[in-house]
Amino acid sequence: MRTDDLVTMLAAGAGAVRPNQTARRFATAITWGALGAALLMGPLLGLRPDLAAALLLPMFWVKLAFVACLAAASLFAALRLSRPGMPLSWAPGALAAPVLAIWLLAAIALARADAAQRALLFFGNTWDQCPFLIALLSAPAFVAAMWAMKGLAPTRLRLAGAAAGLLAGAVGALVYCLHCTEMAAPFIGFWYLLGMLVPSAVGALLGPRLLRW
Amino acid sequence: MEEAGRLNAGEERLRNLLIRGLAGDETAYRTFLQELSAHLRAFLRKRLASLPDEVEDLVQESLLAVHNQRHTYDTGQPLTAWAHAIAKYKLVDLLRRRTRRELLTDPLDEEFGFAAAADAEATDARRDLSKLLAQLPDRLRLPIVHMKLEGLSVAEAAKRTGMSESAVKVGVHRGLKALAAMIRGDA
Repeated sequence: MRTDDLVTMLAAGAGAVRPNQTARRFATAITWGALGAALLMGPLLGLRPDLAAALLLPMFWVKLAFVACLAAASLFAALRLSRPGMPLSWAPGALAAPVLAIWLLAAIALARADAAQRALLFFGNTWDQCPFLIALLSAPAFVAAMWAMKGLAPTRLRLAGAAAGLLAGAVGALVYCLHCTEMAAPFIGFWYLLGMLVPSAVGALLGPRLLRW
Repeated sequence: MEEAGRLNAGEERLRNLLIRGLAGDETAYRTFLQELSAHLRAFLRKRLASLPDEVEDLVQESLLAVHNQRHTYDTGQPLTAWAHAIAKYKLVDLLRRRTRRELLTDPLDEEFGFAAAADAEATDARRDLSKLLAQLPDRLRLPIVHMKLEGLSVAEAAKRTGMSESAVKVGVHRGLKALAAMIRGDA
């Protein structure tokens, strides 16, 4: 087939393309991912019993804001990475900012605490389940985010997989916030982050294989 | 300065053609693909100087990719950045495929293959997409043949194949993606 014939063939009946498909795909992925995480958490873990009281505590909102900022930053990174020729722009900074902020809070909390309390601030009561549960809750969002990415055109497959995975991790962690009773900044800055980095690492690992086009 | 101005004018023209094409203007879209193919040929020839025989295949593969991924173009984005990123992605993929193949084949054979192929007309594609097309299953192949090659409408193609209209549309879409996958060697 000559190139001119190919051009004719591709143009024939090409029709209009729905605009904003990138945003739409990720919106769909986040919706289904959050729904899936909520459905997993309901029977498996349930809400924290003191949720109504926790809503009044600033640290509850700090935790939520940390995760939400990471979700927004990874969504931004995923949107950039899903289209050819898009520079990352301020995505790395947006990803680093919430992490640095929570680490700063963690450092302050640790500095103020007695030596005896520091271990409790860092390990809490659930350090051994938190990363695993966040990774588990992010599984539906992981599938959805990889689906969204796969339907677009990432050219840096490892980074694109990592960004989609981190987005999934943040969605999972956001839902997990409604169950988890840990409120210490050192705990959140390490174990939450670790939990979100699990799907991100899986995404980076699978990206080159799953996202080719 | 003057050259930059000319470049921008060309970019602006191509971009407008694509935007009209994405809105459903088929003539504009055809012109866009045609002008883009000349542009991509020059772009790829410069970067594939050691493999001139692969250039036209790669132009075709990139055009197919541009078409299949055209929904990822952001109208606020420079068109050349988008198209070049697609062509570069396909170029890297081709080089990776070649390395893998060369590891598996006898180096002497490969050298002979090079010399023999270098005589072929450089502007001819070596890979024949119509042959690949013929290997697709009917539910993907027939919609492409009727709609894209014979120029029938969705309704006519649906009647001819006995498929539903949405199955015809999906068939074209998936068929062109399957074609790209066959070129990559995934399917």
